Amino acid sequence: MARMKFLCDADRCIECNACVTACKNEHEVPWGINRRRVVTINDGKPGERSISMACMHCTDAPCAAVCPTSCFYTTADAVVLHDKDTCIGCGYCFYACPFGAPQYPRVGNFGGRGKMDKCTYCAGGPQQDNTRVEYTQYGSNRLAEGKLPLCAEMCSTKALLAGDGEMIATIYRERVQRRGYGSGAWGWRTAYRENITT
Amino acid sequence: MKRLILAPFLVLLLALSAPVFAQPAPGGQARGQVSAEEMEMQRLLQGGRVEGRTSIPDPRSEVLIQPQGKAWRDFHNVTLAWVGGIAVGGMALILIAFYATRGRITIEGGPAGRTISRFNLLERANHWMVASSFIVLGLTGLNLTFGRHILLPIIGPYAFANVSLWGKIAHNFVAFPFTLGIVVMLLLWVKDNIPNGRDIEWFKMGGGLIGKGHPKAGRFNGGQKMVFWITVLGGGIVAASGYFLIFPFWGEFGVADMQLAHIIHSILSVLMVAAMIAHIYIGSVGMEGAFDAMGSGEVDLNWAKEHHGLWVEEEMAKARQVVAPSGVKPAE
Repeated sequence: MARMKFLCDADRCIECNACVTACKNEHEVPWGINRRRVVTINDGKPGERSISMACMHCTDAPCAAVCPTSCFYTTADAVVLHDKDTCIGCGYCFYACPFGAPQYPRVGNFGGRGKMDKCTYCAGGPQQDNTRVEYTQYGSNRLAEGKLPLCAEMCSTKALLAGDGEMIATIYRERVQRRGYGSGAWGWRTAYRENITT
Repeated sequence: MKRLILAPFLVLLLALSAPVFAQPAPGGQARGQVSAEEMEMQRLLQGGRVEGRTSIPDPRSEVLIQPQGKAWRDFHNVTLAWVGGIAVGGMALILIAFYATRGRITIEGGPAGRTISRFNLLERANHWMVASSFIVLGLTGLNLTFGRHILLPIIGPYAFANVSLWGKIAHNFVAFPFTLGIVVMLLLWVKDNIPNGRDIEWFKMGGGLIGKGHPKAGRFNGGQKMVFWITVLGGGIVAASGYFLIFPFWGEFGVADMQLAHIIHSILSVLMVAAMIAHIYIGSVGMEGAFDAMGSGEVDLNWAKEHHGLWVEEEMAKARQVVAPSGVKPAE
């Protein structure tokens, strides 16, 4: 089985935000929630980089570790998913997540935030694959159809890579060797406790 | 008792460590060179965050990586679990051991049969409002930390999710009567709870629990004053941090503030639960005659003389004033 990961090549990302839009459209993500976002660091300064960030589907995921109802699970492809039927919207996963991935439909009073929503790696949820209920709760399940996450698939500069960790790391290494520079794989140290040495 | 004394120091310790936790990330990278690994490592070691700019009008989305999540996770899964487990479980064990060795504390002179009025209806009603809210808040709060390990395997994930969801709603709403009760409690009893020299004597004599003989005490003895201040100050801070968590991200506050509020809220809460277990014990099975104070409000005269001798004298003096106003000498 593959170990699915995301890798954003910050030297290629042009901050077009198409990944954000594609994700919202594909899954009909509600208002106020962005499963993916593009963060620009050192904006307007030398060394400016844009990084597309979503749930990194961590090894030893912090969200799963702190969830009071144990609603998270990791699939055979190492995708971190959660069951919205047992989520109580307490917000603990948001406190623990290093990437700010978990989000809630409402900022509302009395902690009435609603069920947590985050990137599913286009892999749906615990419901039957590609059913109406699964789509309503989690969005589409492209992985079950043999497709990779849409954000990476439609990235115009191929900055965002999705797929087996080894394979995308190899692609990135080759790129860095060919062009002679690379700022590294953002979030990999935090999410997977590894770096891509080039 | 030692655990109760330790509580304020722990609070102080937390307060002192807080500014380190919330330090802002140093700005500016070396010119032209940003390596993801280096930046992540550096920020992790400095306790800062990797932040930037987004086109999404939500400042929270501007944080790329926040290593503090790891610190909060360690607090929640390790520190809180151990401190809570030891405080609550340890207190229960101490009380069981105390009951086994010392047994129920009886009224030395036996019940007098005559009673004296100790708490009026308002005081008792308010006490029970705070008490019942606290039990709901305590149980639903402990469920968030320990339920996953204790209750979830027994009742299954869906029943547990329902219990936790309703528990969370109850926790949020019951917070309001609890806070109201804390305020009323402060107003009703603060004048009798100012610590004084007699309390030191009371603690030196072990409050009559450990040693022999009953130390003199006014309306509230040293131990009760401690319970009062734990409830009012601890409850006040827990309530304040709790409201901060109920209404997330108002104003300029971000995830780091939420983490800090949760740390203060949860650690104080487990210590308060431990303290209140002891309070419940001594007010019910632990001591003969004690429950009446909050039950009917009328306590046995001998019980009152043993535990609150000075208060009884005061009350008697007041009663004499009513029966025989000043100027009239009592027939002795």
